[in-house]
Amino acid sequence: MDRHHTTIQPIGPFFHFLTPEWGTSDRTPGIMARPDARGERIQLKVRVLDRAGKPVTNAMIELWQADANGKYDHPADTQDKTPDPDFQGFGRLASNDDGLCIFDTVKPGPVPGLDGDLQAPHISVSVYAPGLLRRAVTRIYFGGNAANDSDYVLSLVPEDRRGTLFAQPGAEPGEWDFDLHLTGPCETVFFDI
Amino acid sequence: MSQSRLDLENQPGYVYEPYRSTAARAPVQPLVFLPHTLSERTGPVFANVPISESDRDLTRQHAGEPVGQRMIVEGRVLDDDGNPLPNTLVEIWQTNAAGRYRHALDDFRAPLDPNFTGNGRVLTDANGKYRFLTIKPGAYPWNNHANAWRPAHIHFSLFGPSFVSRFITQMYFEGDPMLAYDPIFQSVPDKAKHRVIAPFDIGLTEEKWALGYRFDMVLRGPDATPAEPS
Repeated sequence: MDRHHTTIQPIGPFFHFLTPEWGTSDRTPGIMARPDARGERIQLKVRVLDRAGKPVTNAMIELWQADANGKYDHPADTQDKTPDPDFQGFGRLASNDDGLCIFDTVKPGPVPGLDGDLQAPHISVSVYAPGLLRRAVTRIYFGGNAANDSDYVLSLVPEDRRGTLFAQPGAEPGEWDFDLHLTGPCETVFFDI
Repeated sequence: MSQSRLDLENQPGYVYEPYRSTAARAPVQPLVFLPHTLSERTGPVFANVPISESDRDLTRQHAGEPVGQRMIVEGRVLDDDGNPLPNTLVEIWQTNAAGRYRHALDDFRAPLDPNFTGNGRVLTDANGKYRFLTIKPGAYPWNNHANAWRPAHIHFSLFGPSFVSRFITQMYFEGDPMLAYDPIFQSVPDKAKHRVIAPFDIGLTEEKWALGYRFDMVLRGPDATPAEPS
């Protein structure tokens, strides 16, 4: 058979079968941290915006992150650590009428980078929406974290755009806000992965 | 520094003017090339997601049978090297035979089918194979331009083994004349268009029961790990 990668097509507006409660009943897509999850609990509010800064109300956001101990629940993570059984590193939600996806999660721990150094805590993000012909991929870092200053991936990002990757503390304790600009003057940095 | 994995010879870019909503939503700044770290080499694992018979048979999710042409869609999911990808979650969604989604925002004046939802999920087997039984979806109008129609298609969503391999597409049908008029399909470079068109496959049909279409998929994997210096 054809060995080339299969062609990408956009998600379209009618994907919401993917985003209601799925899997086992006590793990809903927006709730990644169960009550006993280790680490610092946060509520991460991702807002998806278009060129004009208007909310995108039919986007899907997926998160992938390590637990509070910096462990990915995946066989390729060979660190000698046990994944937190009360935490799932994957979350996905459809944006609401305000363009918001609200995830209950924990701050990820640092995970290994390329040369044995640790990466600053971050969450990998995939964005899908009508009008996005292919997935847009970004990362959410936490504004104010000293580890950001020496993070290798962040150092690859032009300095004047680096700020688009930092979530900022929200109105309530534990809340973090991340505005994801698909395009426009404040376009979020997207990665070629 | 001009490294790129976008593969624009074979894949659509972000901006495609005839698909109008790309104007307000497509990123235009240069992407930052990301060396694959553990964050990209890992990804969600779904091997234990419960799958029921009705998840793979979309004709048996309700009391009665849906209206339309019964069809099997089957294929294999492979990695870059042609190895099968087992335990890969494959999710699909589609219209009913009349071209209508069971979705609150679908206002096409075509009938809903009380016996068809249009959603399915399976895990690939040890050989990377998946199989659904469903009914053939219909074409439907959309607002992109005057008298715009989407060709019949089935949406596919796959995870694969890593964050890199995550993949979403639409499967079209061999010989559909509407493909020529669809800007979403036309956003694909010509030489790659055939990769989202499922051929009719007599070998997949079930006599006196269902048509068969084959749709194989190849997912991208993470870059090879650089060799340890010796």
